[in-house]
Amino acid sequence: MAFDQDAVRRTAHLARLALPQEEVPAVASQLEKIMSLVEELSAIPTEGVLPMAHPLDLEQPLRPDQVSNQDERQRLMANAPAAEHGLFLVPKVIE
Amino acid sequence: MDWEVVIGLEVHAQLNTATKIFCGCPTTFGAEPNSHTCPVCLAMPGALPVLNGAAVDKAIALSLAIGAELNRHSVFARKNYFYPDLPKGYQISQYELPVVGKGQLTVQMADGSEKIIGVTRAHLEEDAGKSLHEAFVGQTGIDLNRAGTPLLEIVSEPDMRSSAEAVAYLKKLHALVRYLEICDGNMQEGSFRCDANVSLRRPGAPFGTRAEIKNLNSFRFLEKAIEYEILRQKDILESGGSIVQETRLYDANRDETRSMRSKEEANDYRYFPDPDLLPLVLDEARIEKVRQSLPELPDAKRERFMQAYQLSAYDAAVLTAGRDLADYYESVADGVEGKLVANWVMGDLLGALNKAGIEIQDCPVSAEKLRLLVQRIEDKTISGKIAKEIFEEIFHQGGEIDAIIDSRGLRQITDASAIAAMVDEIIAANPQQVAGFRAGKDKLLGFFVGQVMKASQGKANPDQVNTLLLERLQKPE
Repeated sequence: MAFDQDAVRRTAHLARLALPQEEVPAVASQLEKIMSLVEELSAIPTEGVLPMAHPLDLEQPLRPDQVSNQDERQRLMANAPAAEHGLFLVPKVIE
Repeated sequence: MDWEVVIGLEVHAQLNTATKIFCGCPTTFGAEPNSHTCPVCLAMPGALPVLNGAAVDKAIALSLAIGAELNRHSVFARKNYFYPDLPKGYQISQYELPVVGKGQLTVQMADGSEKIIGVTRAHLEEDAGKSLHEAFVGQTGIDLNRAGTPLLEIVSEPDMRSSAEAVAYLKKLHALVRYLEICDGNMQEGSFRCDANVSLRRPGAPFGTRAEIKNLNSFRFLEKAIEYEILRQKDILESGGSIVQETRLYDANRDETRSMRSKEEANDYRYFPDPDLLPLVLDEARIEKVRQSLPELPDAKRERFMQAYQLSAYDAAVLTAGRDLADYYESVADGVEGKLVANWVMGDLLGALNKAGIEIQDCPVSAEKLRLLVQRIEDKTISGKIAKEIFEEIFHQGGEIDAIIDSRGLRQITDASAIAAMVDEIIAANPQQVAGFRAGKDKLLGFFVGQVMKASQGKANPDQVNTLLLERLQKPE
C-alpha cells in the first residue's frame, strides 16, 4: 500500500495537524510501515465473519429520558480561552 | 429531447425528547446560551455518551410507520470534520449499519394520482451547536445548547421526478412525524430541515452528476430551489458544460442557489465505529411496546373519516393532512353533521386562518365554539348566512355565540305568519315579476327569495321562505 507524501499532507490537513514540510518524507515512510503491518491482517480469512463494531461483547445500555443535568455554565466555561455573554468565542468562521 | 429531473431528499428531524441523545441535558429551545450543556456535550476529555432510550423508541416508531426494515443490530460511528460548533471534532452518527433500513411512503399528488417514494434508510445522530457570526467583530460566538440534540436523518431514494413530487413527499413525511409525535415539525426553528439532491438526465439514461442544496427550511423554498437548480443545470448541460458535484446554498432573498464549497474534501469524513458506544440491539419486547403506542396514521385516518363522516376522498385527505387539523375537525363534528362541519372547517375556518397567517393549533375559535355555531344552524336558530357573519366576528373579536345572537336579534324568523306577511308584501310590490313567474320563468323564484331575505335582514328561515313563496306564487289569483 502506497502512503506517499501527498497522502500524508492530505491526512495531516484533515486532522488539522501542522506538519512541517521537512518532516513529511519521514512520516510517510513511518506510516507506510504501519500500514503494511496492518495490511498483513488481510491475509486472515474473514469470510462469513461479521464485522466487529466493538471489542466488548455487550449491548448498548439505554438511559431514561429524564433531565439530570443542572445549569453549570459558569463552572463549565471557566477554562474557555475566550467567552462573552455566555458564548464561547472563537476566531471568525466564514462559510 | 427533454431533460428529466431526479431528486432525492435528506431530511433531518429533531426528535422531541426531553433530553439530548447522549447526555441528560434538556433540549428546550430558547434558553440562555450554553446553559444546557455538560461535560459530555461540551466534549470534555473523558466524558462518555450514554444513549437516550426515548430517541431509540422514536426511530422505531418511524420505522414501523413507513413499513421499513428495523435493524435489530445497529452501530454508531464517528463522522470526522472540524467546525467550532462541533466540539468533539466528530459527530456521532450511524454509517454502515443504521437503525432503520429500507421503507416507503405513498404520496398523493394534486391530480389525485399516487406515487410510492422509497426511503433508503434513517439513522440516529446528534445535532451540532450554533455559530453566531454577527454579534462580535472578528470573532464567532458559539452556543452549544443544541449540540447533542437527537436527530433522525431520513434519506429517500432518488425517486422523485418533479419539484411537486418532492414537496408532496416532504409534506407527507412532515405530517407523519407530527402524527407520531416524534418531532415538532417546526421548520422556522429548524426542527425539520431538508437537503435536496438534484440532477438532470435524458430519460432512460444513467443518473447525472448531482448538486446538493442545503438550507431548505420551508416547502416553498424546496420547490423554488429545485426549479432554479433545474434551469441552472439545463443551461450548463445544453451549452456543453458539465455539472460539478458540490454543495449549494439556497438564498431565498435572491431566489437562487450558489456554491458553498467543493464537497470533494469535505466529504472525506473518515467514518469509523465509535468505540465509546456499544452496538444498539433492539429486542422484540421494546419494538412491540412502541407498536402498541402508535397513533392512528394519516392513511388510516383518511379512510375512517370517509366512512364515519361520509366525506369525499378529497375532503378526508385535506382534513387529515395534519394531525392538529384532524383532531380539531373531530372535536367539532362530535354529534353534528360531518359534511356540514367539513364545509365549515375547510371553507370559512381554513380561509380565515390562511388570511390571518395563523396555524390551526392557535385558532382563535375553539372547536367547541364552532360546534355550537353549527348546532345553531342545525336547530334553525340562525341561518347559514348569519352564521358566517357571527363566525367572522368571533374569529376576530371573540365573544359568545348565543350572547351575540340574542343581543343583536339575529335569531332566525321561523314564525310562519311573520314570514307570510313578508312574502305577501314582496309579491304585492312586484306584479311584473309575479306575472313573469306564472308565465313560466321559474328562475324568478330566486329573485323573490332574495327580496324576502333582504326584507328580513337575512333572518328569515330560507326553507320556509321557499315553501311559502311557491305556495303563494303557484296559487292562481
